Amino acid sequence: MGRTLAAKVWDAHVVHRGGSDPDDDLRGAAPDLLYIDLHLVHEVTSPQAFDGLRLAARRLRRPDLTIATEDHNVPTTDIELPIADAVSRTQMETLRRNCAEFGVRLHPMGDLEQGIVHVMGPQLGLTQPGMTVVCGDSHTSTHGAFGALAFGIGTSEVEHVLATQTLPLRPFKTMAVIVQSRDGTLPTGVTSKDIILAVIARIGTGGAAGYILEYRGNVIEQLSMEARMTICNMSIEAGARAGMIAPDATTFAYLAGRPHAPAGAQWDAAMRYWSGLHTDADATFDVQVHVDADALTPFVTWGTNPGQGLPLSERVPDPEQMSDEGERCAARKALAYMGLQPGTPLREIAVDTVFLGSCTNGRIEDLRAAAAVLAGRQVREGVRMLVVPGSMRVRAQAEAEGLHEVFTAAGAQWRSAGCSMCLGMNSDQLAAGERCASTSNRNFEGRQGTGGRTHLVSPLVAAATAIRGTLSSPTDLN
Amino acid sequence: MKAFTRHTGVGVPLRCSDVDTDQIIPAAYLKGVSRTGFQDGLFAAWRAREDFVLNHDAYRNGSVLVAGPDFGTGSSREHAVWALLDYGFRAVISPRFGDIFRGNAGKQGLLAAQCERADVEALWDVLETGPGSEVTVDLVEQTVRAKDLTVDFTIDGYTRWRLLEGLDDIALSLRHARQIDAFEAQRPSWLPTTTT
Ligand code: SF4
Repeated sequence: MGRTLAAKVWDAHVVHRGGSDPDDDLRGAAPDLLYIDLHLVHEVTSPQAFDGLRLAARRLRRPDLTIATEDHNVPTTDIELPIADAVSRTQMETLRRNCAEFGVRLHPMGDLEQGIVHVMGPQLGLTQPGMTVVCGDSHTSTHGAFGALAFGIGTSEVEHVLATQTLPLRPFKTMAVIVQSRDGTLPTGVTSKDIILAVIARIGTGGAAGYILEYRGNVIEQLSMEARMTICNMSIEAGARAGMIAPDATTFAYLAGRPHAPAGAQWDAAMRYWSGLHTDADATFDVQVHVDADALTPFVTWGTNPGQGLPLSERVPDPEQMSDEGERCAARKALAYMGLQPGTPLREIAVDTVFLGSCTNGRIEDLRAAAAVLAGRQVREGVRMLVVPGSMRVRAQAEAEGLHEVFTAAGAQWRSAGCSMCLGMNSDQLAAGERCASTSNRNFEGRQGTGGRTHLVSPLVAAATAIRGTLSSPTDLN
Repeated sequence: MKAFTRHTGVGVPLRCSDVDTDQIIPAAYLKGVSRTGFQDGLFAAWRAREDFVLNHDAYRNGSVLVAGPDFGTGSSREHAVWALLDYGFRAVISPRFGDIFRGNAGKQGLLAAQCERADVEALWDVLETGPGSEVTVDLVEQTVRAKDLTVDFTIDGYTRWRLLEGLDDIALSLRHARQIDAFEAQRPSWLPTTTT
């Protein structure tokens, strides 16, 4: 019987098989103990974990498999000045102290590699096929785009990995998300963001709870690594612990030559393992979901969870028309919060702010796509647009390509790297009642600032929306 | 995690049911960067009231909390357990606990002992007629003793075993240290490290 990609990676990392101890019967079977190849650390969820190590007089087992950056709290303007916010400053100073004390490599503010933790790992070549990757952040699922098993963990688990480089984990189920079109391409104006928003709208925010997703099909095969990362990133919004894509020539080409990718004979050895990392033909998934990509159009959210989305060409739904009682209640509440009337065409919803960035869509390809739409055009008067690169390296690359000039000439703000308005932990926030088209991943109440209203969109839709002032796709500009 | 076999300390009668974790530690106290020092946040809103039980000298140094049903419901914040431990509590007795709270308590070495409701009321009577009375919680025998009163409590077997052994999840995983060593020894050399 064949195995899935997820099972192969899992099996290759079992240090101790749960249920194999003689006294397991007495106290209930223990979970599997999995080895962790890479542990990414940031300033918000790590302080108590490092403190726990100190209290228990434990050492950090593998500083050489651990790496840290500052992202959630960093300001994206005036980064050379002292951080004004006291809480942010304390968290950053604490991370710096902890990294110095335990010997962890840290990319602090101002460093070229600094940026959102899920942008940093891949750009350094640290995220590789078949690895186990964890981070105290739910969007660690991003790294699954490389065929790694990657998932977010809590603070106690962060401490567990720091101390043991392992995690006790219970088995999972698998779900295949098969995205296909006639020739493997996507319709014009449709991106991987639209695919994942459509998938979440279909299966719901809890639809993949307890599962590891594997994205497959001819469309996935033709996506770039960055587009694959966007999809895997949002697996968690469907409730999945992780999302994966089998590594292929695209993956290997992306990795080759990166600072931490293997080279020479090591590369050849790695390739021998990597090339076996795909679901066997005779393996079965617990569930399969099919997506007809030819029928996809740009997708946006209208509500307050990522599953409340529709094609841009639709209208704000009427809760009273929904058959499910729970959905109806949620929709009523969402529309009240969002200040929207049923029946309003989504294209007529006017925004105050456009946010281009985050670990979902803050990479170079996202900036290029948005810049191509904005080139020679102007952000509509009264709309503010923030462009926040996912990392300082992305920022540098964009500047080398002249993209920053396109953004600033259009009237957008060109910022330094960080999570920024994705979660509004720094001063990049929405005011109460403000409406935003955002390329991030969560449209929860208050996510981008207390009372702020979020519509999740692709970078193409973000750019077109900035120009027209209402939710739009590039085709609306002609 | 400190092993828990038997603990004797001042019992604190908390005549309240549905004590959710927001009440155990309000959100404003979650911003800290260390795992210690959460004692100030413990029951912060209630401690502002003079007549709150922990503001009485006899109970101030209590270490066994005897509470009403549904203790620790609501938000999953691990800080609730940290705050109780930081204050000095080693055990909480209640007829019923919030699930996540009970799990977090087990991870951190705080004994969550479940007693019959009538037994909790009997304990309250003992502690209120003799303020500052000591309570002994015995995990081996699974009993709570206060003066002449002895009552039983329940706890799930796996958690009891881990508490008796003083094993947190990390310590448990470290029992497989040799296997971890062996696993590391055979990891392929092409896997990346962050330091080089
Ligand atoms: S960009 Fe947003 S989702 Fe991504 S790590 Fe930062 S806060 Fe989390």
